Amino acid sequence: MNKPSTLRRILTTDIPVIFIIMLAMGPFVWMILTSLTPTAQLSASGVSLSPAGWSMDNYIRLLEQTSFLGNMLDSLIIAAGTVVLGLAVSVTAAYALSRFRFPGRKLVMLQFLLVNMFPIVLLILPLFILMRKIGLLDTHLALILANSTVAIPFAVWMLRSYIGAIPRSLDEAAMIDGCSRLQALRRVVLPLAMPGIISTGIYIFITAWNEYLYALTLGGRNVRPVTVAIQTLIGEYQIEWGLLAAGGVVGALPATLLFLLVQRRLIGGLTQGAVKG
Amino acid sequence: MSTLAPSAPHDLTQVRPLRSRLMPYALLAPAVLVTLFIVFFPMVQAVVTSFYDLVLWKPNASRFVGFGNYIKLLHDPVFWTSLGHTAIWIGLTVPLQMGLGLVAALLLNREFPWRGLARALVIIPWALPSVVIALMWRWIYDPTTGVLNDILLYLSIIHSTVPWLADPHLALYAVIATLTWQGFPFFAVMILAGLQGIPQSQYEAASIDGASTWRQFVHITLPGIAPVLATAGLLRIIWVANSMDVIFVMTGGGPGYATHTLPLYAFIKARQNLDFGYGTAIAVTFTILLGAIVAVYIVRTMREVER
Repeated sequence: MNKPSTLRRILTTDIPVIFIIMLAMGPFVWMILTSLTPTAQLSASGVSLSPAGWSMDNYIRLLEQTSFLGNMLDSLIIAAGTVVLGLAVSVTAAYALSRFRFPGRKLVMLQFLLVNMFPIVLLILPLFILMRKIGLLDTHLALILANSTVAIPFAVWMLRSYIGAIPRSLDEAAMIDGCSRLQALRRVVLPLAMPGIISTGIYIFITAWNEYLYALTLGGRNVRPVTVAIQTLIGEYQIEWGLLAAGGVVGALPATLLFLLVQRRLIGGLTQGAVKG
Repeated sequence: MSTLAPSAPHDLTQVRPLRSRLMPYALLAPAVLVTLFIVFFPMVQAVVTSFYDLVLWKPNASRFVGFGNYIKLLHDPVFWTSLGHTAIWIGLTVPLQMGLGLVAALLLNREFPWRGLARALVIIPWALPSVVIALMWRWIYDPTTGVLNDILLYLSIIHSTVPWLADPHLALYAVIATLTWQGFPFFAVMILAGLQGIPQSQYEAASIDGASTWRQFVHITLPGIAPVLATAGLLRIIWVANSMDVIFVMTGGGPGYATHTLPLYAFIKARQNLDFGYGTAIAVTFTILLGAIVAVYIVRTMREVER
């Protein structure tokens, strides 16, 4: 009775799970199949389910006839820049919030939590006016700053919980041994918090890579990240679904692979921190 | 630092009082300054803009109108339509995501050989860019070549193709289905973490007492994951209310105003008509409405943090 038979397990668990996985994966798999079907065949007989009808035609066109690689570079610069800026200012802030008790601490924490909840639409309009005024529209820096509105509060909260898990006695011991506060932070706390810092950084990278509305509003001609570029793959007279699907697969790939790489650790941190969906 | 750390053997703050007292502020300064510049300053700007009649393509036409934009808002039928859609949007999407997420979490919490793989795969939708999700579903919903119509026709559920996104009565629900798909893995993952925190001994005791699976679910599982459901639910309400990228790419708010939600209406007003005064007035109104839910979440979180 303690060990249900294998058949029962397959009926009550494996099959429903397969159903859920198909639901979660189905649309993405369908897009991959679409991207592998040449356009001519797509309009004649639909998406090819068998490998016999597959070709890299759409991907070759994507790389040869569009500026997609350049767009990937834009996305990379923006996402990496957001990670650097976000982490650089957040590490010390998170350290201060986890190690010190000082007047105004609660207010600062509240501020970072509140920022995360702001509707993007409330920020996007004034940011556009601001960037236009200081001449930053259509630059990488504009998008790095815009993405940081989400990244910094998120990083502060995540890192605060990671650093909070490192025993205080360690940095106190280092300071008794003659380290200053900052040296203790750099030599003792940072190395121990590194796994947390890396997964926070990866999460910021993924969100910045996937971001669309800021990119659309503040970018445009010179700086065009993949999320915006994908939309331009829609043909002028009819929608080129094959090419579009290829762009979607390539554009989603970096974030998805990174995510699968770190998902276990990331989810642990997210469910504890529970800062952002 | 030492006030709340009674076990600290050496009171280091006493040695250099002033420097130590300023230290946390210095460490916080970069993050606070950057957020002030890119979040709070623009936000104040938004509130100020909402009192002006500011249309970007009319140079030097910025004119103070006081509450003019807000009064205009109350008489704008599209505003009320959008508000209604926002309520449907949140009211359907969040419970559907939660329900589907709960089912997925309960299944993934069982013992089976490929559990690790299944748990990794189920989160895929969460990592995909919204714009890719939106375009992907537009392709699935396509009235002539979309796979959804093909499947439903094959199963004889429908008898002629349905223009999912072009029908004003269906479009909003079609987009809600997409967002449900995008968001249920988040709930699954959060609930799964909650399930793993319930001690196995409680189930063993219950089954010795002869409690049925259903009663175990109602009396052990649900109370055990209630805090997670509340936190994830609140977070999700805020997130779903704010999210407009999927709708924007799928329908652009159309057909007509059939899929306008409040943030989308604000964005479209500003983007297409360059009417920033009115657009920000809508955005500010929306933020105030959302504020009630945000307040509940923040009170909960701050209490948990200080525990």
